[in-house]
Amino acid sequence: MINVALPKGRLGDKAYAILEQSGYPCPAMKEDNRKLTFENEKIGVRYFLVKPSDVAVYVERGAADIGIAGKDILLEYRPDVYELLDLKMGRCRMCVAGPKGFRDDPAQTLRVATKFPNIARAYYSGLSREIELIHLNGSIELAPLVGLSDVIVDIVETGKTLYENGLAPLAEIVDISARLIANKASFKFKGDALRTLCERMERTMNL
Amino acid sequence: MHNLRADERISIELREMYRQHGYLPYKVNQFEEYDLYMRNKRFLTSEHVLAFSDMDGKLMALKPDVTLSIVKNTKDSADTTKVSYAERVYRVPRGGKCFKEIMQTGLEVIGRVDAYTMGEVLTLAARSLAAISERCVLDVADLGIVSGILAEENLSDDLSAQILERISDKNLHGLKALCAQWKLSEKTAERLCSLVTVYGPFETTLPVYEQMDLPPVCNQALCDLRSVYTMARASGVRNINLDFSVVNDMNYYNGLIFSGFVDGVPESVLSGGRYDALLRRMGRSSQAMGFAVYLDQLERLLDRRAKTDVDVLITYTEETPMQAILAAVQEAQAEGSSVRVQRVGETTVRSRRTLAL
Repeated sequence: MINVALPKGRLGDKAYAILEQSGYPCPAMKEDNRKLTFENEKIGVRYFLVKPSDVAVYVERGAADIGIAGKDILLEYRPDVYELLDLKMGRCRMCVAGPKGFRDDPAQTLRVATKFPNIARAYYSGLSREIELIHLNGSIELAPLVGLSDVIVDIVETGKTLYENGLAPLAEIVDISARLIANKASFKFKGDALRTLCERMERTMNL
Repeated sequence: MHNLRADERISIELREMYRQHGYLPYKVNQFEEYDLYMRNKRFLTSEHVLAFSDMDGKLMALKPDVTLSIVKNTKDSADTTKVSYAERVYRVPRGGKCFKEIMQTGLEVIGRVDAYTMGEVLTLAARSLAAISERCVLDVADLGIVSGILAEENLSDDLSAQILERISDKNLHGLKALCAQWKLSEKTAERLCSLVTVYGPFETTLPVYEQMDLPPVCNQALCDLRSVYTMARASGVRNINLDFSVVNDMNYYNGLIFSGFVDGVPESVLSGGRYDALLRRMGRSSQAMGFAVYLDQLERLLDRRAKTDVDVLITYTEETPMQAILAAVQEAQAEGSSVRVQRVGETTVRSRRTLAL
């Protein structure tokens, strides 16, 4: 049995569609109910739908053998997992954003609001820039508007929310996309099945 | 021994195995100078150290690691030291948020580490895994091959570390992108990618590496791999894979490196390798090799938690003669059962069988 952790939402739906096409269908996934696990015993696959930021936890701790997680989560939490494929979907950019025309005064500590403190810290420490980190859980764009921070570090997909709030991307930190990750121990003991799944997904997506 | 928890039983078995191979039991101080860990932060699995001020004001730490203490307390000499240990260490587990007391067993060789010694350590590592579970795998690699390939290019430490990370994550797409970004030669990129794609049972995988077009400086590493594997096989050890995803920080490790997994535990339960580089950083010239088994991980193997508390529950009333209770207890214990005696009607423990007197 291969246990697959999928992120709830659009990315999870897309990922499941690819897995289905790759020979891992599970009709129960399309039923409208409140089930949390979906199994196709015949094919030997079980899907869980979890919060996107939790996928890596399920995989790292072996509750799921594989999962689909955004690179942002992998960079932020650094789970001890194998990163087998770049699925090249759910693409976006991790950016520094701030008020249009923002001038960074190097004489002052930069106040940075973010949901991704580790990514922000690593980025600014690479620039040897002193920052004050403000950890938020949502509505990050609000922070510079109300003077909570100077800039934000966040995911930018189309940039629409930024522009509508008078903000703009100031620097790009890293490109983000969905990745197929695997638990290290599962890869030792279910290696053949996981490699086959990986190869089939690669073929379906023409990667 | 059936009353012992699995981790306790395995700890005893492992220590006995190491003793039989002449690894002398070594007792490490519970506390160590904080400075030792700060100077070698990256050698530790977690940077967090539990520190406190000693009576003389000196900053001390509850040890998060055993190897550093053993290395510190052995001197460079012509003699080789072989020790084993079973110690409690204090650290924040990967992905954890608080300190945990962890039982760790392992062994170290400090002095001269020749082909026989490497084979012996690797064999003991594989046997340690087998003592934990029949379904086990020891992944082995040699950092000499990685450093040999990287030496062909003039790379910064930071870039080398990023390459190592991609290899360790089996992240082929990321490794290719990194090679392209930094314009590494096609040959180097191809060799590095092989380290991600070529892995599997030692017997079939090593010949692939031996046939590969690797820089001549890698020959020693290939010879070492061949010799340790030959010895492990001759000792009856199986389940060894050649897999470069075990590569680790080259500032501390060099040469042979390995990591062990057992089915049912989601992360590695054993890790070790050559760490001459750590000794060099400490200004020492000895060679060193060792491994640690993380026994705390084995709790997960115990997930088949006991469904009952005792084998036999004997209940009695006010009227039951004491001799009758005693006789029933002795009879059950003579069969090898565990027995709980309590008054009828008291909150009960779960038992396989109940005997009401």
